[in-house]
Amino acid sequence: MSTVTAEQVEKVVRDALESFGAETEGVTLETTFEELDVDSLDLAELSQIVEEQYGVVLKGDDMKQIASVGDAVSMIVERI
Amino acid sequence: MREVVVTGVGAVTPLGVGARTLHERWTAGACGVRDGEAPCADFDPLEHLSRKEARRADRFTQLAVVASDEALAEAGLAPGAGRPVEATRIGCIVGTGIGGMQTLETNHMAMFESGPQAVSALAVPLLMGNAGAAAVALRHDLRGPCFGVVSACAAGAHAIGAAIRAVQVGDADVVVAGGTEAALTGLARAAFRTLGATSELGISRPFDARRDGFVMGEGAGVLVIEAAESAQARGARALARVAGFGATCDAFHLTAPDEDGDGAARAIEAALADAGMTPDDIDYVNAHGTSTPLNDRSETLALKRALGERAAQIPTSSTKSAVGHLLGAAGAVEAIALTLALRDRIAPPTIGLEEPDPELDLDYVPGSARPFVVPDGRPPRGISNSFGFGGHNAVLVLEGT
Repeated sequence: MSTVTAEQVEKVVRDALESFGAETEGVTLETTFEELDVDSLDLAELSQIVEEQYGVVLKGDDMKQIASVGDAVSMIVERI
Repeated sequence: MREVVVTGVGAVTPLGVGARTLHERWTAGACGVRDGEAPCADFDPLEHLSRKEARRADRFTQLAVVASDEALAEAGLAPGAGRPVEATRIGCIVGTGIGGMQTLETNHMAMFESGPQAVSALAVPLLMGNAGAAAVALRHDLRGPCFGVVSACAAGAHAIGAAIRAVQVGDADVVVAGGTEAALTGLARAAFRTLGATSELGISRPFDARRDGFVMGEGAGVLVIEAAESAQARGARALARVAGFGATCDAFHLTAPDEDGDGAARAIEAALADAGMTPDDIDYVNAHGTSTPLNDRSETLALKRALGERAAQIPTSSTKSAVGHLLGAAGAVEAIALTLALRDRIAPPTIGLEEPDPELDLDYVPGSARPFVVPDGRPPRGISNSFGFGGHNAVLVLEGT
């Protein structure tokens, strides 16, 4: 687990958002979920994927603190 | 109470996407049953919905949303700045027999194979029976009364009935109402088969002596139910006037209809009374006509009991001969079929009816479609019957314009 890089996590997050139907072309770490039309249901699905992949649990309160792709990647990387 | 009219219709059925497609193909004698089932084979959700919308909806919801797009566009009530009726005055009531069956089965399977963590976060919002109503309201910004209706194979008709009452008393000026079902799944198929409800031969031939059960189908029908004064004020064309609605329960058996058709007859009588009409005022009957031995017999008795001698003179046909049984969507799809039959003054045929059952002696329009006679230049009027497991009976009386 310690070998996981931020870039790898970013790819997992991007792939997840893409699978939810978000348009991820041109997306940067600064892109907000609001801009991507990513809502609480998408984040619930994202947290499932992250838990499955890395064993990291993101709770409802955590989700309130992340507003951008970068926020999500940082939070996941911190907890791996 | 206010007059109520239909200002738009939309359908996705085994005969294709579109209400007119249903009417025209059924009238021409087409049948959507393939290998013993009637899927909406032409329906590709991604032709109508974004990837995100499609994956946020079980198939039963996708079908309802696409049917509602057509109905609202025809009514001139698609969402947007210029919509002539306020969003808060438009309700949405969508019935279903079962709900998100595919979602339920997929997630149940995933749980058994991989554990509870494999169950999707979207499972509940997709499988809940009110998901169709919610998705239609979301897509079209409908902010009035909104809920699902559950009464098995009468759900579509009950949804329309609830919409009629809501508009009559002024809870809303418009209600987008209908029914939807997508239950061509392993579990639903097995369950209906075990119950002995579906045709072993895979043939839908209502009122035929050889009928042996219904053929499962999927689809959705949505009607725009509107106060006549609202339609008139904005210059919208009424496709039909809603004349009456009646609903009863057999309180007889969980699945079998009352043997002498008592509950169904009372629903027909109640709908006629609500319309202020007598059997002589009716020109056509769109029967529930499931192709099960029990329904077709008890429905015939009910029609005779409610319409008297007149029953044998009224052309009576079953949409299920063309599209199979759409369960919770049936009542709505059949109300649409009735609306368009009245418009064209034509009784579409009961397809596959070749060997008359000596016990069933009404005019079931075998063979091909037939124009019906409307006396004295008055508007054409018809009945649509819907009956569901649980003994639920719901009957609509519509008048053509």
